[in-house]
Amino acid sequence: MNGALLEVRGLRVEFDGFRAIDGVDLTVEQGELRFLIGPNGAGKTTLIDVITGLTRPAAGSVRFEGWDLVGRREHEIVRMGVGRTFQTSVVFEQLTVTENLDLAASFRRPLWALARRRRGVSEAVDAAMRTTGLTELAGRPAGVLSHGQRQWLEIGMLIAQRPRLLLLDEPVAGMSGEERVRTGELLTEIAKDHTVIVIEHDMDFLRRYASQVTVLHEGKVLVEGSVEQVRADPRVQEVYLGRRAEPGTDAGAGPGPAGGPAEAPDAGPVVGTSVGEGM
Amino acid sequence: MTATVRGERDTVGLAPPGPGRPWHARLLGPAAFTAIAVLALVVAPLALEPFRLGLLAKYLCYAIVALGIGLAWGQGGMLTLGQGVFFGLGGYAMGMYLKLHDAGGHLPDFMVWSGVEKLPPLWVPFGNPVFAIAFAVAGPVLLALLLGTLVFRQRVRGAYFAILTQALAAATVILLVGQQGLTGGTNGLTNFFDLFGQDLAADETQRGLYLVVAAVLGLLYLVARQLVRSRFGRLLVAIRDGEDRVRFLGYDPATVKTVTFAVSAGMAGLAGALFVPVVGIISPALLGVVPSLELVVAVAVGGRFSLAGAVLGAVVMGYAKTSFSEQFADGWLYLQGALFILVMTLAPKGLLGLAARARDLLPSRRRA
Repeated sequence: MNGALLEVRGLRVEFDGFRAIDGVDLTVEQGELRFLIGPNGAGKTTLIDVITGLTRPAAGSVRFEGWDLVGRREHEIVRMGVGRTFQTSVVFEQLTVTENLDLAASFRRPLWALARRRRGVSEAVDAAMRTTGLTELAGRPAGVLSHGQRQWLEIGMLIAQRPRLLLLDEPVAGMSGEERVRTGELLTEIAKDHTVIVIEHDMDFLRRYASQVTVLHEGKVLVEGSVEQVRADPRVQEVYLGRRAEPGTDAGAGPGPAGGPAEAPDAGPVVGTSVGEGM
Repeated sequence: MTATVRGERDTVGLAPPGPGRPWHARLLGPAAFTAIAVLALVVAPLALEPFRLGLLAKYLCYAIVALGIGLAWGQGGMLTLGQGVFFGLGGYAMGMYLKLHDAGGHLPDFMVWSGVEKLPPLWVPFGNPVFAIAFAVAGPVLLALLLGTLVFRQRVRGAYFAILTQALAAATVILLVGQQGLTGGTNGLTNFFDLFGQDLAADETQRGLYLVVAAVLGLLYLVARQLVRSRFGRLLVAIRDGEDRVRFLGYDPATVKTVTFAVSAGMAGLAGALFVPVVGIISPALLGVVPSLELVVAVAVGGRFSLAGAVLGAVVMGYAKTSFSEQFADGWLYLQGALFILVMTLAPKGLLGLAARARDLLPSRRRA
């Protein structure tokens, strides 16, 4: 079929009766850079969890290149060409930067071939290293990297996997201003020849690097469109932007500004905390 | 917001040397290996009296098991408390062959005492030494593959896996003790006289056996080391430190863990097969919960994150057990327990970790 790269239809996810995702449709075309935004608990991370096989939906379908992903195991979905990063970057601290990237690049090799020692650095690893600017840190254990470098390493590992769809979960969370700019450039670079879905909280970052945006709210798609359309939409302003006195700062940072009564109801528990558990 | 950066796990120390290290540092490992090989294969047989050499052969058998534990636990994070089962499987396979060989077409002695009149069908193939030795390795490997497939696919891990393997060890002992006529019960299989036409009691035979054990250990060490340094080994460490994350690299951790577990089981089985002619007995007491635990403790003491540490631990603890028990019969258990606690709390990387730390301290002082 010549449909979209990713087609999510009628998705519903429940946690103990709570509907984290309640009838979401999402279509992402080949080559697109799509931003996924929404307040805490909107179901953004849950959506990615479902696509990558971490969470099972109660109903609905997820089709990637026409293949249904629901019910497949995580590593099988990766092998089909869907890769992701996590909110809290998880890299292997005991392994060097090169080794981390090399493992990410090697999963298509048969198991017996893995029993050979790595000689040098493969092309995919080298490319990922240069794209993310980690070449100088190649021999360092990932455990000594700064937070920003870890995120880049994780993005590098994702590139090294050569997936056809990349899912980035809050890549600039916890980053300094400078790091955000670098990550934005990195993202722009990657989006040139990849299909990317980015979850992001940071409105500043969104304004600068996003084109197509999907706004989730309480498990439903609220609006979809260009950044301008989305920002101009009164419903978005009400549930999302209006809630923040200062766009660009993290929700809950500092004492809540006056006139933010909507803070409590939908902030709720962060649904996505299951990601990276046991890591 | 992302305050949950995982603890500053020690990243220095026993990481395998990369190609970036200077040549003298890279030669250190091979040089040490050669020195120890010469010591073990040439010096020890000449210097040690037969009794001591026999003891060393026994420790080296345990060291082979420890090597497997180092691989499964140290590298792969699978705390296996049931390696004695695989060790025993190999040991009994070998013991059955030796018994049948000594009986020379008759029933093995213990069967006669138990009133068994006809050789049990299970025993028949073990009259063939090739089958017996092949089974000593293949049996444990297959059992581990089966167990691993069932357990790791269900994502059973950590303490649950440890308890499961321990239960397996306990159950195996009960099974062996209960089948007196088939297994020799509590006494196990003993009274062996002849191995491939050689008198097992002769010093020459024992020296030859020692050399075989030492060579097998050296060979398996090299194989394990190759595995650890390969991509497979890196993957294993990655699984140990973040199994869930590894899935998102496109690997199935269950497969990698199962293969590793099977390799460690095969090592234990081979060790068991070597142990029997060296020590002259295999019995439930040698493969139950306690011996399995003792080996894990030995690996921890030696340094579980390095294969050399695992081997060292098995030899040191074996030697300590013998010499300590010669003087204070019951004191060993307490000392062993104390050592384990001490190592786990103060030096999680064991003796070898301490040595590495001492080495790291030296040049920095010189520079200062």
